[in-house]
Amino acid sequence: MTLGSQAETQAAGAGRSLLPLAVLTRCAQLAAQLVLTFLGLTAVTFVIGRVIPIDPVIAIVGDRASQSVYEKVRMELGLDRPLYEQYLTYLGKILEGDFGTSVLTSQPVLQDIFRFFPATLELATIATIIGVLLGVPMGVAAAVYQGRWIDHAIRLIGLVGYSVPVFWLGLIGLLVLYAQLDLVAGPGRLDIFLEDIVEPVTGLILIDAAIAREWEVWENAFDHVLLPSGILGYYSLAYIARMTRSFMLEQLRQEYIVTARVKGMSEARIIWVHAFGNILVPLITVIALSYAFLLEGSVLTETVFAWPGLGLYITNSLFNADMNAVLGGTLVVATCFIALNLFSDMLYKVFDPRTR
Amino acid sequence: MLASNNKNNEFHFARRPPPGQREDKMKRLLHALGLAAATALVASPLLARTPDNALVMAKNIDDIISLDPAQVFEFTGGEVIANIYDRITMYEPEDLTTLVGGVAESWAFSEDGKTITLTLRPGLSFHSGNPVTAEDVAWSLQRVVKLDQAPSFILTQFGWTPDNVDELVKANDDGTVQVTITEDFSPNLVLNALSAGVGSVVDKKTAMSHEKDGDLGHDWLKTNSAGSGAYQLRSWKANESVVLEANPSYRHGEPKMKRVVMRHVPEPAPQRLLLEKGDVDMARDLTADQIAGIQGKEGIVVEAYPAGLLQYVATNDRHEILGNPKVAEALRYLIDYDGMADTFLKGTWKVHQAFWPSGMWASLDDKPYKLDVAKAKTLLAEAGYPDGFEVTLDAFNTSPYQEMAQSVQDTMGRAGIKVTILPAEKKAVYTKHRARQHELILSGWSPDYADPHSNADAFASNPDNSDEAKLTGVLAWRNGWEMPDITAETAKARTELDLETRKNMYLDLQRKVQARGPFNIMFQQVNQVAKRDNVDGFVAGPLFDQTYYRNVTK
Repeated sequence: MTLGSQAETQAAGAGRSLLPLAVLTRCAQLAAQLVLTFLGLTAVTFVIGRVIPIDPVIAIVGDRASQSVYEKVRMELGLDRPLYEQYLTYLGKILEGDFGTSVLTSQPVLQDIFRFFPATLELATIATIIGVLLGVPMGVAAAVYQGRWIDHAIRLIGLVGYSVPVFWLGLIGLLVLYAQLDLVAGPGRLDIFLEDIVEPVTGLILIDAAIAREWEVWENAFDHVLLPSGILGYYSLAYIARMTRSFMLEQLRQEYIVTARVKGMSEARIIWVHAFGNILVPLITVIALSYAFLLEGSVLTETVFAWPGLGLYITNSLFNADMNAVLGGTLVVATCFIALNLFSDMLYKVFDPRTR
Repeated sequence: MLASNNKNNEFHFARRPPPGQREDKMKRLLHALGLAAATALVASPLLARTPDNALVMAKNIDDIISLDPAQVFEFTGGEVIANIYDRITMYEPEDLTTLVGGVAESWAFSEDGKTITLTLRPGLSFHSGNPVTAEDVAWSLQRVVKLDQAPSFILTQFGWTPDNVDELVKANDDGTVQVTITEDFSPNLVLNALSAGVGSVVDKKTAMSHEKDGDLGHDWLKTNSAGSGAYQLRSWKANESVVLEANPSYRHGEPKMKRVVMRHVPEPAPQRLLLEKGDVDMARDLTADQIAGIQGKEGIVVEAYPAGLLQYVATNDRHEILGNPKVAEALRYLIDYDGMADTFLKGTWKVHQAFWPSGMWASLDDKPYKLDVAKAKTLLAEAGYPDGFEVTLDAFNTSPYQEMAQSVQDTMGRAGIKVTILPAEKKAVYTKHRARQHELILSGWSPDYADPHSNADAFASNPDNSDEAKLTGVLAWRNGWEMPDITAETAKARTELDLETRKNMYLDLQRKVQARGPFNIMFQQVNQVAKRDNVDGFVAGPLFDQTYYRNVTK
């Protein structure tokens, strides 16, 4: 054995013993980050809930309740206690898995979230699929044909997606595609006579209907989700296409591309393997962020399409100072962001050997 | 929550037969592709796409927070429970002007007017099949007082407290209930109060079988029902729908509509599209513009129902300038009542200037005020403000309230009063009003029950104007208006036994509040409901909980 190989063996041995420690350290860091993020989030949301000029008691007792009723409900909500005490009580309950009851729906917040989040998840996932499937090739095409009509057309599509208000596009979509042409179904997740046929398993109607083999329900649900997810998908597409174009343009200007061309490599291989391969890491971040934003729930889309999603739930709750619901919803959104961040971190390792 | 086996349930809708009613999509697509301009798009024919035995409404239902009649005090919730629970006394859809017996068939007052014996209608049963007994009636009233939720004051004003209500409201036997009030009230007022939501009769056995921690079934009744009305609650899914199911053994016969569905559609524009398309039978929240646009369309009719909701601009009487009677009077001439009603309000609100809505017993239809800038300027000059002053106006941040606020800002500006509008979410406006922190405020009020005392108690009574009194449910207190003479007259009117004398007392009170009060009452709401022309029998009364579905046919 040479000295060198002996050193390598020692290093490898040290590496093996160090590896679990590194993993543990990483896990501990991650856990600390998570705890801090959640603490920060709950604290900020809690304070926001207390500084908005809406009295949560009024949301429950109404405008004309007598002062005695008002005081009774205020005490029931614990609002007579100091803010830090209210916050600590809330945290304690969360740790026990009790997110409290929503005053608006009279249901436990967790139960509400299990009902509203799948509606948003369904919409956001389909929208993201549309955004990625169309946005990425469009962005690549715009970069490859930079300055030509394809590029201009794609940029124009992106510009419209960026600048047209989503509620306006939603209403026009409904007017033309639903009211005039009958190509899609109207507002809501299902036609009224198909509701309650499929037992909720995942809360995602398309999946639940497929599990139950209720294809008529599935088709109807698809008819309903098509327009709102298409419109959200358009916004997602606009963002993804624009970012893909810009990432690709940067890569196509690099020297290794020129070298590849000089070496006679096919244009398709240069674009899709070399240039596109190199933009995958930032592109994943863009897609993950776009997906996370959609998972927050698009309030305006949900309002126009009477879609019982998380965005509408959180907004309604905030306007009524229903803080249990707002905090519960915010934690779900935060969890989505953190999970998608982690997921994109993991994908980095798959697509970028340097990060391994 | 409904399970999958509901598809075999007799109440389940027949599925829509797609080939017969929906046009082939490909054909439509080709048709669309063949047309270049949007103007060439041909509207699809109006098809009845809702089931024949169901009434489907598009409505914003996000105000519901509970369906327990001891708690409901919101518009949509009030409408829902009016169809689920029969009340002790009622206004029936066949005649919304006459108070008749509901669960009670008849009643008798003692000589001093303080003890009422209610005789129940025989043979009634709840949705559960349990018979309606005197014990249920007494317990229903007792639980309202004991739970002490927002509408409980309608009953506690009679002197009932959680401690004495068991003694004052009790079942004599299976068929009669004895109700004793400790305060002086006109019998007419008491009977009207029993026709409010808090007079709903709840199935004690069913509710108590779901009792938790002594809550008298409150938690369960928020999302379930135990009544004897024309419908029972099948489901309330917040932000989604309310589904009611017909009660086959209802005392007036089983309703024709086996189901009533309120679908949550928060925006008016999609409501209109759903109606035009035939996917709903009624659109409940259309704006004045949309009503104008939809009127005359084939297959659609618009019906108007005067509601009890009043809209006013109130002044804070404790404000240095606004508390000046001349200034307060000047402001009454600086509102363009007719201008607003004739333009952007277009039939959704009508001019009304007294505190009791028109169309109800003892209402005053006098409209003494109209826009008169010159007169207002003279009054302002007499008050010592010839060049006007600066003032803020709190108003809801939604339509048409913002438009109303802008109109007021414009007309007051003509007399030199510089109004700054402070738009805010409805509950934030209420919070400020209850804290007496406003200057001018644009807000609304609707009666809780069909007796003028309901509004007189808010507009024309303020027994203690001090901050410590915290009479936050009283509008006169909120606006800092001290008027012992009018307060005394209101107290007297509520006890008057002779109906004609009592009526005149309320007419007089309305005139006095109109002339002296801090309220510039401007409008009374008119509910405009757009519906398919095959829908008949829908009735909406002036009170928020007087909307009935049981006579609806299609």
